[in-house]
Amino acid sequence: MSELVVGNDDPSKRTPLVLGGHDFKSVSDIICRPVEAKAPQWWMIAFGVSVSGLCLLIAMLSKLVWSGIGVWGLNNPVMWGWDLVGFVFWVGIGHAGTLISAILFLFRQKWRTSINRFAEAMTIFAVMSAGIYIVFHVGRVWVAYYLFPIPNSMGIWPNFRSPLVWDVFAVSTYFTISLLFWFVGLIPDLATIRDRATTKTRKIWYGIFSVGWRGANRHWMNYERAYLILAALSTPLVLSVHSIVSFDFAVSQVPGWHTTIFPPYFVAGAIFSGFAMVVTLMVAARELFNMKDFMTMHHLETMNKIILATGTMVGYAYGMEFFMAWFSGNTFEQYAFINRAFGPYYWAYWTMVSCNVISPQLFWFKKIRRSIPMMFIISIFVNIGMWFERFVITVTSLHRDFLPSSWFYYSPTWVEVCQFIGSFGLFLTFFLLFLKFLPIIAISEVKGVMPAANPHQPGEEH
Amino acid sequence: MTTVKLYGLLAEYKDPSALIHAVEKLRDAGYKNFETYSPFPIHGMDSAMGIKDSVLGWIVVACGATGLASAIALQTWVSVSAYRVVTSGKLLFSFQAFVPVCFELMVLFAGFGAVFGMFALNGLPKLYHPLFKNHRFRTATSHGFFVTVESSDSRFSLEGTARFLQEIGGLSVEVVEE
Repeated sequence: MSELVVGNDDPSKRTPLVLGGHDFKSVSDIICRPVEAKAPQWWMIAFGVSVSGLCLLIAMLSKLVWSGIGVWGLNNPVMWGWDLVGFVFWVGIGHAGTLISAILFLFRQKWRTSINRFAEAMTIFAVMSAGIYIVFHVGRVWVAYYLFPIPNSMGIWPNFRSPLVWDVFAVSTYFTISLLFWFVGLIPDLATIRDRATTKTRKIWYGIFSVGWRGANRHWMNYERAYLILAALSTPLVLSVHSIVSFDFAVSQVPGWHTTIFPPYFVAGAIFSGFAMVVTLMVAARELFNMKDFMTMHHLETMNKIILATGTMVGYAYGMEFFMAWFSGNTFEQYAFINRAFGPYYWAYWTMVSCNVISPQLFWFKKIRRSIPMMFIISIFVNIGMWFERFVITVTSLHRDFLPSSWFYYSPTWVEVCQFIGSFGLFLTFFLLFLKFLPIIAISEVKGVMPAANPHQPGEEH
Repeated sequence: MTTVKLYGLLAEYKDPSALIHAVEKLRDAGYKNFETYSPFPIHGMDSAMGIKDSVLGWIVVACGATGLASAIALQTWVSVSAYRVVTSGKLLFSFQAFVPVCFELMVLFAGFGAVFGMFALNGLPKLYHPLFKNHRFRTATSHGFFVTVESSDSRFSLEGTARFLQEIGGLSVEVVEE
């Protein structure tokens, strides 16, 4: 392989996506190694911590079911607090995976191949964490099936004119399609592990889940078509999901929520937070699994550019919200925004602005874009900032509502805080299982973007 | 002695380029029931093999249309007939409000069509295949490039086809039994 040319955008000699002079066999060897080797010590420790977090979540949910929703600090008029904040936070993180796997696929951004598997897994587990909030915030979780149009003895049906019902359909469709997309992408790689398997257990389990894949070209043809169609379906889907999440707010009459900027603003924020989470996890994983030849600095830098772009969009939306409040001449809308920045929750607002608007601007500097410690710190800041964004939107708009006598300063109870910590336990438990038992890079796709995969070698006619 | 049925011949090739050239020669020699195996899809292989384009798109269109129709039917029936409740002064049949669910169900059904349609067209899941018995074939999902010619092909002959596969660049030619 020729020398690495950094940052060269001439399409005839692009930055190579796989470094280290690998051939097809060594690609399989390296990516399959974590699956085939014994779990490393750091993995066991991390898994132990994550499972403890998961247990904490289960304990908090049990308390919630046992005592009722009053264990949360919610009260009139703040009917939504950390539950909705946690839900939107996790669903937002879930958007990066589908963006990378679907939208970048349609745009033929080949650099996505070594990070899409990783990001899709993150999507699925983040949506699971979000789903926990949806299911349990209804309070009487044993009748959560009322969310779906299922015939029941009381003859009650969902109200299809409500955005909350749209949300149920959007999130469950998103989860299902993301899972299918992920599984379809995994099939050839599961077959690779099956064919390399040395133990009986591995042969049987990977054999079942690879559904008899054998790499036949007639199969590849239908497979590639299915993948393309799923990408084409997921692209509008990913945009619709966070738009519909924003309708939960925008369709209501609450000042600060009832704005048309919400759908694009939420989508940009979702992509922003999702990419930040991918960078956080990738910086760690490429180091721990020694996969720097596949998850190269070029990949990280490209992701940081997307964080910069979407962070700037989010900053624009924050400014535009204030402009529209002023321009509308509506005093209630104006009060909602002045109260947001200078009211009792000013600390949350300015944390959000510092983390989301100011910190990603550092990515204008190439040195910072390519510095592992800096990008790790900034991605953590963005994760924090995006949590605060949802907190600001949800709580500051509600806590001073139409009736000043009911104004209220909302603080979470320990149950809400522990439940949120526990949702990380759920996310990380599944993510660590993924790191150990599945190929974390799409093996067949990475091989496809290597120069050796092109049957039309230079000098040959096409 | 038990008679073993013949599945066909399996030949390995050096790289994607060798595979695609071999396949062009097989096609030109008039073979029909042959297949190539590679760890990743090879650009240009479909036309080299002379196979028709995938029909998956039509399956997806049909599934998507079914999803859309079911969403319209479900929401209209629930809102106008099964559970008539006026909320926020909206009409019982408020088609504007039905758009999000229509879109989501259309995508959901189309996605099922794409994945399970692909499975059906490929005859998957299939947990047994004669090729899985072949030891060398295990590299087909890692770094091996293979061609099989099935014994059902009208031009198939054990010696003649084996010789031909070798002539067009086959590194090894093996017999695969059912």
